[in-house]
Amino acid sequence: MSPHDKSISLMEYALGQDQLDKIEKILLSELVASGVHCVLLIDFAGNIIAKGDNANSRIDVYSLAALSAANFGAVEAMAKIVGQEEFALLFHKGETESLYFSKVNEELLIITVFGKKISLGLLRMKVADVVDKIRRIWKTGS
Amino acid sequence: MAFINMKNKEVQAKIVYYGPGRCGKTTNLEYIYQQFRERIPSEMVSIKTHGDRTLFFDFLPFDVGKIKGYSIRMQLYTVPGQIKYDATRRLVLKGVDAVVFVADSLTVQREQNLISLKNLQDNLAAHKKDIYHIPLIIQYNKRDLENQGIPVMSIEMMENDLNEKLKVPSIPASALKGNNVVVTLKKIISMTMASFQKGL
Ligand SMILES: Nc1nc2c(ncn2[C@@H]2O[C@H](COP(=O)(O)OP(=O)(O)OP(=O)(O)O)[C@@H](O)[C@H]2O)c(=O)[nH]1
Ligand SMILES: [Mg+2]
Repeated sequence: MSPHDKSISLMEYALGQDQLDKIEKILLSELVASGVHCVLLIDFAGNIIAKGDNANSRIDVYSLAALSAANFGAVEAMAKIVGQEEFALLFHKGETESLYFSKVNEELLIITVFGKKISLGLLRMKVADVVDKIRRIWKTGS
Repeated sequence: MAFINMKNKEVQAKIVYYGPGRCGKTTNLEYIYQQFRERIPSEMVSIKTHGDRTLFFDFLPFDVGKIKGYSIRMQLYTVPGQIKYDATRRLVLKGVDAVVFVADSLTVQREQNLISLKNLQDNLAAHKKDIYHIPLIIQYNKRDLENQGIPVMSIEMMENDLNEKLKVPSIPASALKGNNVVVTLKKIISMTMASFQKGL
């Protein structure tokens, strides 16, 4: 047997409507409702799996997803170079908008865009909670 | 790996333009961006040096339209061709569904084409993908230089160098003039979709 994929088996990677509904509900009720401007669940290829945002959000989510996947990959590679499995906190602070990245599992990453209404400490707790829930949903799906 | 969103009936797939430095990968995407403004929901993203060399990637999301009730979005990427950027090149290949290998027709670039194709094979293998099984097209770029008195390789010679074993579809093109850029894109999209048919 060759170690290579012979074909691209898409179904392995399709999430059901049920799971996506659940995930999007969680993103909305736990993050957007707490003042997060936009949250994306993406894979490391840069695909958007699920998203939640408030009505005013005008963010270019496709570019943000592509850049975040690449950036996260680059930071992970840097961690390996200095002998670390990963860096714990990935956070970029801006004047009015900030970004927070959190790894869900080997496939998924959460990006949160938030402003001054919510503190980083509270946000981290909420995201950790959401990550936990998504992990459980993801498991039951695959 | 492509992602199907059953809820929104949407498919997202990743096509990567690969090839040696200065072969014309970014120019391909720039031409597509100009031609299809209305199908592209956002600005083209380019992470590049001051000298316009790709440092990490270019990115262009491209709406193909609906197939079997699913809206298809192809995410187009280029890699940086310069040899020293291999680590970032490998990152861009993550989750790739199809590849356009852009070969440079300039005779002086003959060796660079071969090195880059071998590098593609190795980097695909690093992601557990086989160059013989992934949807792949070779584009022979810069054909507009043929009549300019600059030494350019013949198509036969390039086929021999690059496509003898692979036997994939190949297309002569000029990314600068826009010749066959869209033909290349359409072909790789249809090959990508064909590889998905089983899944949908
Ligand atoms: N004559 C001619 N020039 C071309 C063609 N395609 C690209 N070029 C030129 O080649 C140079 C390099 O093109 P790029 O598209 O930046 O090359 P690249 O493959 O993205 O290079 P890297 O980012 O370094 O990997 C530019 O000056 C282009 O104008 C072509 O079809 N014909
Ligand atoms: Mg480039």
